[in-house]
Amino acid sequence: MNKRNFAAVIFFAIVGAFLLFTALMMHPFGNFNEENTPEMDEYIIDNTQNETGADNGVTAVVFDYRGFDTLGEATVLFTAVAGVILVFRRLKK
Amino acid sequence: MSGMSRIVKTITNVAFPIVLIYGLYVIAHGHLTPGGGFQGGAVVASGLAMLLVAYGSIWVIGKVKEKQLSILESIGAIGFIGLAFLGILMVFIYSSFQGNFFNNFLINQNEIPLFNEIGAGLANINTAGVIPLMNFAVGLKVIAGLFAIVLVMAYATRIKEGK
Amino acid sequence: MIYNIPYIAVAALILIGLYAVIFKRNLIKIVIGITLIENGVNLFLITLAFREGSIAPIYREGQNQIMSLPVPHALTLTSIVIGVAVLALMLSLIIHLYRHYNTLDAHKIGREQE
Repeated sequence: MNKRNFAAVIFFAIVGAFLLFTALMMHPFGNFNEENTPEMDEYIIDNTQNETGADNGVTAVVFDYRGFDTLGEATVLFTAVAGVILVFRRLKK
Repeated sequence: MSGMSRIVKTITNVAFPIVLIYGLYVIAHGHLTPGGGFQGGAVVASGLAMLLVAYGSIWVIGKVKEKQLSILESIGAIGFIGLAFLGILMVFIYSSFQGNFFNNFLINQNEIPLFNEIGAGLANINTAGVIPLMNFAVGLKVIAGLFAIVLVMAYATRIKEGK
Repeated sequence: MIYNIPYIAVAALILIGLYAVIFKRNLIKIVIGITLIENGVNLFLITLAFREGSIAPIYREGQNQIMSLPVPHALTLTSIVIGVAVLALMLSLIIHLYRHYNTLDAHKIGREQE
């Protein structure tokens, strides 16, 4: 085991201990009460049908409330397709 | 590699229209049931990938070029962004509308009878304003994009004859 | 304690992925590790969305149950599509590297061939 591998082991142990400790310190799974429920989600659940007309709350969030997010996602997909076609253009012959 | 055996091709011929129709159903009912443009597009792209596996990439690239798929994907992206910009444009046409980017301009109005009703849990497909149109645009984009990725990767890494 | 099992599963997924990214030298295994980390993050978002006794955030006729939170679901959807795009780009770059260097070892790629 050389020095670089030892540093990697130390880093892995620190991150692993951090993650496991955080997992034990989280609030219990599925336990939302009045105080720690996010207001944004409550608003969206209450007003989805009146504001967007959609029955599906997730689609309403994706395409209406957070449309910019979807725009960036579409840009990422477009860039990936362009990159894959660009990479394989030279290999194809 | 020119495709797999006759059994696989026959099963693909049977299963492919069903997969296609199910994916288009998921796209079209994205505002009512679980699903949407991305999920339905992924389903249809999986069906097309099944076609690619069964018939071989050389046969498929004789039918569809990746340039055409690229054009289809660009049409989807332009449709999505155009629908988003129509939200701004609507404030000039109807002054009563509040217009901004990604405005849902088809809901809460009576001039255009297209997707303009409020959903009430009755599975009415004529609801949700601009969301179904965006679902179709994103669905087209995802179908073309994923199939272009799979097609180009399969064709570039094909097994050459006699080598 | 028993209610934290989903979070421990998330930590385990991310740790397995991190192990593959740090200690493996094969590029395909590194990509598998990155995908595992991504799946761990998706699982974490989904566990944050769940409320006890809730249904999916889709309105149906005549039901009055509480719904799970819709925003983490939407973020997970975004994350999945971005993950597919990044995975395709990584794999195509790996194919290109293999054609060029004839190896998948991360320590040998990029060096001059001695």
